[in-house]
Amino acid sequence: MSSTSDHLNQDGLKKLAARENLTFLGLTLPYLLMVAFLIVIPVGWLFYLSFIGRDGTFSFENYERMITSRSYMRIFITTFKISILTTIICTLIGYPLAYFMSQLSRKWANICMVGVLIPFWTSLLVRTYAWLVLLQKKGLLNNIALDLGLISEPIKIVHNTTGTLIGMVHIMLPFLILPLYANMRAIDKDCLKAASSLGATPTRAFWTVFFPLSLPGLFAGLLIVFVLCLGFYVTPAILGGGRVIMAAMKISSNIELYFSWGAASALGVVLLVVTAIILYIASKLVSLDQFGNK
Amino acid sequence: MSFLNKNVSETQIRLKNRLWLYIFSFITLFLLIVPSLVVIPMSFSASQYLEFPPQEWSLRWYENYFFSWKVENGFNDWMAATWTSIKVAVLTIFVAVPIGTMAAYGLVNSSSRTSKILFPIFISPMMVPIILVAIGLFYFFVQFKLVGSVLGLVIGHSLVALPLVLIIVFSALKNYDMNQEKVARSLGAGRFRAFREITLPQIKFSIISASLIAFLTSFDEIIISLFVAGGDNSTITRSMFLALRDQIDPTIAAISTILIIISSGLLIVVQLLGNNKDQH
Repeated sequence: MSSTSDHLNQDGLKKLAARENLTFLGLTLPYLLMVAFLIVIPVGWLFYLSFIGRDGTFSFENYERMITSRSYMRIFITTFKISILTTIICTLIGYPLAYFMSQLSRKWANICMVGVLIPFWTSLLVRTYAWLVLLQKKGLLNNIALDLGLISEPIKIVHNTTGTLIGMVHIMLPFLILPLYANMRAIDKDCLKAASSLGATPTRAFWTVFFPLSLPGLFAGLLIVFVLCLGFYVTPAILGGGRVIMAAMKISSNIELYFSWGAASALGVVLLVVTAIILYIASKLVSLDQFGNK
Repeated sequence: MSFLNKNVSETQIRLKNRLWLYIFSFITLFLLIVPSLVVIPMSFSASQYLEFPPQEWSLRWYENYFFSWKVENGFNDWMAATWTSIKVAVLTIFVAVPIGTMAAYGLVNSSSRTSKILFPIFISPMMVPIILVAIGLFYFFVQFKLVGSVLGLVIGHSLVALPLVLIIVFSALKNYDMNQEKVARSLGAGRFRAFREITLPQIKFSIISASLIAFLTSFDEIIISLFVAGGDNSTITRSMFLALRDQIDPTIAAISTILIIISSGLLIVVQLLGNNKDQH
């Protein structure tokens, strides 16, 4: 008798648990609907448009143009060149800074963290504008260099690749430092003590113990930077002065100037696929919800 | 100079051997913070041209900003754009924070298998290149005549703010003991009442942080605004971007200064809230 009532209870509990789960799923529904209607359907529609040719029928012409046209080739090369250079420079500057911060006491590290977070919170447009002001021909940087006698006449550092790179590195650096620093903080310092007690020199202990342990954070950071760079629009548009044309700018001009939805969509699809591949690799290397929980 | 021989790491590195790292880091931090601040003295310059340091001081660019509506056929109505931005940003809080909080609550309570599927979907607005989201929304909004409307902007900005809200509230709920709600419900409280009276007060600082971040995300957003805003409803960042593309108007230095003050004010509030961590 008692065993049957146990069974009944179990069924009841199971039903209750199922209903609970349904309620929790229901709570996520508005979010899911927003993603479905505002991302999945529009992006799906763009995907469809990318296969519609100028005459309104199915064709691959939008993709063919990307392979055959030299101007598209140039845009791809520019986009990758700028993204790769930005990522490399960010790594070279960001790694030592994150390492420095991870060696400080919590209190000092938090003070330095404010330095990393201030640009993170300042409007992207304001920072881009500030660099425009600093780097222009009669700007502060040229004036200082002139006064010091480093150069004899103002040099052009904005409205070209150099200016774009300076601005983008400044904007992307916090994205590299934040995950990298979090990773370095979590490294067990006893590993380093062990290495040095076993006779490793500081340099050797760093390269054989600390550096490999910091790689997941470094990869996470540089993949985020790279992916964000690929889709960048505002900074190259302003600091590039029309000479640095990246994929996102081409997408925008295709629509704003030429109303060419097919061409814009095809380029967008390529951008999305490349981003998705990189993020997929990233999720294999480091678990993505690491960012979710930090 | 004995302090130079102090040990500064587990591997017995002395300070003098690592001086380069200290100097390098200070220069980097300096370069991270200071460049944005040059716009502040610029904004008080009397000159048309952006010279540094300014020769003469004036408030004319602030005047230009605050009284832009007075200028007949003015290039930009900065005040109208500012109001649109504020309106949209406040409304974004009211859309993104409840929806994001509900989703975070559902996610925390669902099985790990479900959350593994849901999490990537939830952060997708952050992962899909924003330009693609923008033109997709533009296409979608054209059909519903939402281009150039406040509603369209609020929907677009909420989409971008949602992942941030979700992440903040989700991590707060993860550190929170859900059993407290069970206790309340076993004592007769309804599900919603248990949430409102037990859980909500304990995660309120995170909700406030999430609201401020949603506000700032919307206020700073450019790309979606470029496509979705228009007509009488331009946002401040959109007007700034369009003005920057054409000329260097020093009024932008004045607006930038105001934006820096707003965002650093919000940053301080969020940091203080962080120190005042929700008690669990």
